[in-house]
Amino acid sequence: MSYVVEMLNIRKEFPGIVANDNITLTLKKGEIHALLGENGAGKSTLMGVLFGMYQPEQGVIKVRGNEVRITNPNIANQLGIGMVHQHFKLVENFTVTENIILGSEPIKGMVLDIDKAAKKIRELSQHYGLNVDPHAKIEDISVGMQQRVEIIKMLYREAEVLIFDEPTAVLTPSEIDELMSIMRNLIKEGKSIIIITHKLKEIKAVADRCTVIRRGKGIGTVNVAEASEESLAEMMVGRHVNFKVDKKESAPGDVVLKIDSISVKNNRKVLGLKNFSLEVNKGEIVGIAGVEGNGQSELVEAITGLRKVESGTIYLNNEEITNIPIRKRIEKGISHIPEDRHKRGLVLDYTMESNMVLEVYNKPPFAKFGLLNTSAIRGYAKKIMENFDVRSGEGAASIARTLSGGNQQKAIIGREIELDPDLLIAVQPTRGLDVGSIEYIHKRLIEHRDKGKAVLLVSLELDEVLQLSDRIAIVNNGELIGIVKSSETNENEVGLMMAGVNKERSI
Amino acid sequence: MRHTIVSIIAIILGLVAGGILMVLIGSNPLEGYTYLFQGALRNIERIGNTLATATPLIFAGLSVAFAFRTGLFNIGGSGQMLIGGLCATAVALSFDVSRPILILMMVLAGLLGGALWAFIPGLLKAKFNVHEVVSTIMMNWIAYWTVYYVVPGYFKGEFLETESRKLEEAQTLRSPFLTEMFQGSYINMGIFFAIIAVIIIAFIINKTTMGFELKAVGFNRYAAEYAGMRVNRNIILSMFISGALAGLGGVALYTGNASSIQIGILPSQGYDGIAVALLGANTPVGVFFAAILFGILYSGTGFMNAMIEIPPELANTIIAIIIYFAATSVLIERLLNRFRKRRSGQEMNGPVGKKGVS
Repeated sequence: MSYVVEMLNIRKEFPGIVANDNITLTLKKGEIHALLGENGAGKSTLMGVLFGMYQPEQGVIKVRGNEVRITNPNIANQLGIGMVHQHFKLVENFTVTENIILGSEPIKGMVLDIDKAAKKIRELSQHYGLNVDPHAKIEDISVGMQQRVEIIKMLYREAEVLIFDEPTAVLTPSEIDELMSIMRNLIKEGKSIIIITHKLKEIKAVADRCTVIRRGKGIGTVNVAEASEESLAEMMVGRHVNFKVDKKESAPGDVVLKIDSISVKNNRKVLGLKNFSLEVNKGEIVGIAGVEGNGQSELVEAITGLRKVESGTIYLNNEEITNIPIRKRIEKGISHIPEDRHKRGLVLDYTMESNMVLEVYNKPPFAKFGLLNTSAIRGYAKKIMENFDVRSGEGAASIARTLSGGNQQKAIIGREIELDPDLLIAVQPTRGLDVGSIEYIHKRLIEHRDKGKAVLLVSLELDEVLQLSDRIAIVNNGELIGIVKSSETNENEVGLMMAGVNKERSI
Repeated sequence: MRHTIVSIIAIILGLVAGGILMVLIGSNPLEGYTYLFQGALRNIERIGNTLATATPLIFAGLSVAFAFRTGLFNIGGSGQMLIGGLCATAVALSFDVSRPILILMMVLAGLLGGALWAFIPGLLKAKFNVHEVVSTIMMNWIAYWTVYYVVPGYFKGEFLETESRKLEEAQTLRSPFLTEMFQGSYINMGIFFAIIAVIIIAFIINKTTMGFELKAVGFNRYAAEYAGMRVNRNIILSMFISGALAGLGGVALYTGNASSIQIGILPSQGYDGIAVALLGANTPVGVFFAAILFGILYSGTGFMNAMIEIPPELANTIIAIIIYFAATSVLIERLLNRFRKRRSGQEMNGPVGKKGVS
């Protein structure tokens, strides 16, 4: 059996935490190997070690049987190891070709030989079925296409081993399918692939073997064909995971949020939401289903006060809130789990302590006469982080930036639920999270509903909307297409409505 | 702690580089530095002068640092100081009241003058998104020409057209007590005001909800907005306070260290404030010590120049080099990291999951 890459007994420590404890991962030539683990389990760290971003304290790395020391990413490149990062590293206003040759520019005499590079890129693109235009500008192409540019970048540098760091997190369902077939093409051509993920469906669909790590420890490697999604989930989380959301029949009460034909402009200064009306009652979860960019953001920002409403009115508990300041809305009982946790949700350079009181820092007991009460803040933050199992290197004193994405998300959700809002707006609450965390967050959202509060859920994952919601409002192009009861609908019907097909069946 | 080490390394590297310069022009650097520090500190009078020199720099540094914590780059310190000084001088020359009340009025006038000069760019930023770097620099020139017009027009000096009437001893921040204690130095009450300002600003930044908000807006205005903070109000408030600090610096400079205001000069201390803030890592206490160091360098040059053949420009060069090293503190931090890593075989700044970094 020939292994392209062997990582044997790798150990990597960070201050206050052992990120990788004696982990072994072996990659066969021509296989797709999944690296599975919860958020913060140490997947990215392990791949960072392989890619030369971190030096392990212990352990051996062998490439094609030879022991190597990878001290920086350039060495990894020379060894034929390439990585597609979760956040692409592309220059927005450069063309595809310019991005790909960046750092190894072909030269003819004194000038760049762009044409030669473009030709090679076109050949690679055709060979692997990537369909990339070498002369397109990055800012003009879709996210899925940008990812392919990253893939070609590695192929251009003749990488044999390709590491994908959560490649599907940013893709739409159809783009995911295309990526899967690209991966299959790649291994057909003799490349080997490691894919970091926590999405079990994708592992089953594409991977040959799967190595599972949990809290920094290697749990084992299995042949995917012999494993089920349930067994993989159990290995990853360490307990049985319930994929079905358990919930009682909803018992809707009075109206909490009433939106009366509002129109809202989007960033391009045209109406992104048109004459939209919706009611959310106590004790129910209303899901908003729709393809990204069809007015969801405008709707949420109008309710939370981040965006001006052009016409129409919004009521919370029978009180008009259309034009009141954001802080007043929070005080009146609106909480918001934002779509973009880095842009809106957290002050990344603040400690977790400060972030946990971001909305209530000026209220007792956290402040008196304008002075902060640090010990009360610390206690509150600790409580949230314990309740929501937020893991960090230095507890509540950690800088938010140092937490993994999943833990950041759990912290935000904890902060918002802790405010015990009458209306909880959850936008993509489980994006980028592993099944264990998703299960947990779903449970907390339903708990919140069962306390008699209203929840407005916006998600691009149709599964999530269908499972959690009591009623589903479908938006298309800024308009409400219809509202259906989730117990009386299915994926097909909602999918059709998302595409704009109006079914005359409002409830 | 970490910033302190970085700043100290920057200073040492700057001094070493300055020493190399001295060698190049054929002087003995040890001798040169001895005279430089003697010039600043060799007797009580010189220490007083050094502290007085540092006073406007403390205010200017605080001004820049405070704005910077809110994500604003106030480089209009010069203009704000000038207006602060003009307002204080105008009050001193216009009102005939008892000394304590006069001093209080001068300080308030200077504070409000400087604050107004930064409030306008703050307002423009909040309302029309005009970049504060551009507008504060423009305000510098408005201040410059305002002084050019007002001083000869209303407060013309007895002998010179180009400066205001001299303030009498009782119309300045000088106090006989301090002058006596420091044996004839021109040190004045400005240094006390500066120390009080350092304490108040440190308190605001670290302990109050106002500081919490201002910093949050500085780090991430979108998250601050999301959390219900009024971003625009904070921008205006931050600029107002920043300008007030610079204005106080002007009071200390023109009615404390000096006793008249000249036309046609923008005080260089306003720009030095940027360097002071940088070296002080934007913390009030850091700014205090950085300003004292600058004070030592500035006030020691004369003596060094008199004793050996080192031109006074060299001290400015050394200061520039220190600033340069402070500005490249990232580099110094990286070197520190590597050093520590080698010693303990560990990496220092590795985030746990590493993924959270956008």
